[in-house]
Amino acid sequence: MTFYVIAEGVIAFLLVAGGIFAFTGSLGMLQFKDFFMRLHGPTKGTTLGIGCILIASMLYFTITQRELHVQELLITLFLFITAPVTGHMLAKTGLHMHLRFITGTRGSVPEFRDEDVGQSRVARPARAKHPWKYRRAKRTRMRR
Amino acid sequence: MLDTALMISLTLIVLAMAMNIYRLAIGPDIPDRLLALDTLYVNSIALIVLLGLWLNTKTYFEAAILIAMLGFVSTMAICRYLLRGDIIE
Repeated sequence: MTFYVIAEGVIAFLLVAGGIFAFTGSLGMLQFKDFFMRLHGPTKGTTLGIGCILIASMLYFTITQRELHVQELLITLFLFITAPVTGHMLAKTGLHMHLRFITGTRGSVPEFRDEDVGQSRVARPARAKHPWKYRRAKRTRMRR
Repeated sequence: MLDTALMISLTLIVLAMAMNIYRLAIGPDIPDRLLALDTLYVNSIALIVLLGLWLNTKTYFEAAILIAMLGFVSTMAICRYLLRGDIIE
């Protein structure tokens, strides 16, 4: 009897926590000023909220039907794997499309060089010369 | 206790989906709308799982798995299209 009361309390806590986390993630996506700030809410808060809700559902069906249910764990693992990938691709898309951002978003620490922050082009090393052409030019120079 | 928690969670998820739809409507740029759609399908998975808890059935988990996989694939496809101008090169 006591076990069921404790399990019901745990399931209720996980449900309410999941709802609050999902609500907070969507509220962050609604209220932040910038796309790169708005990306933080759904990728962390909503993922944690849906993880809580799915684990609550798994516990409920495991306890009430007296057999192990792991399908919800499958959805949880899939969402926890795919959410950072989605966030990464969305951030790349935002950087590619040159979206507007407020001044505090870009972390311009004074230790960073301009290439790190994106103020100037990245300095690349010069391309290696072709070996035969380089050798031929060297040979002609030696003949002269 | 479980009914009250389920009602609170359903209310919060529905409010979150309403905020997602609002951001989807007013989003200033295309990646904002894409992010709103991504969050909307994640919240719809939560809503389907809560419906399964409410009706005490396990019928809807396959629908939740399908929504998760197709949502991820469609978000990736739109991101690839916006990044490269082509989905499969």
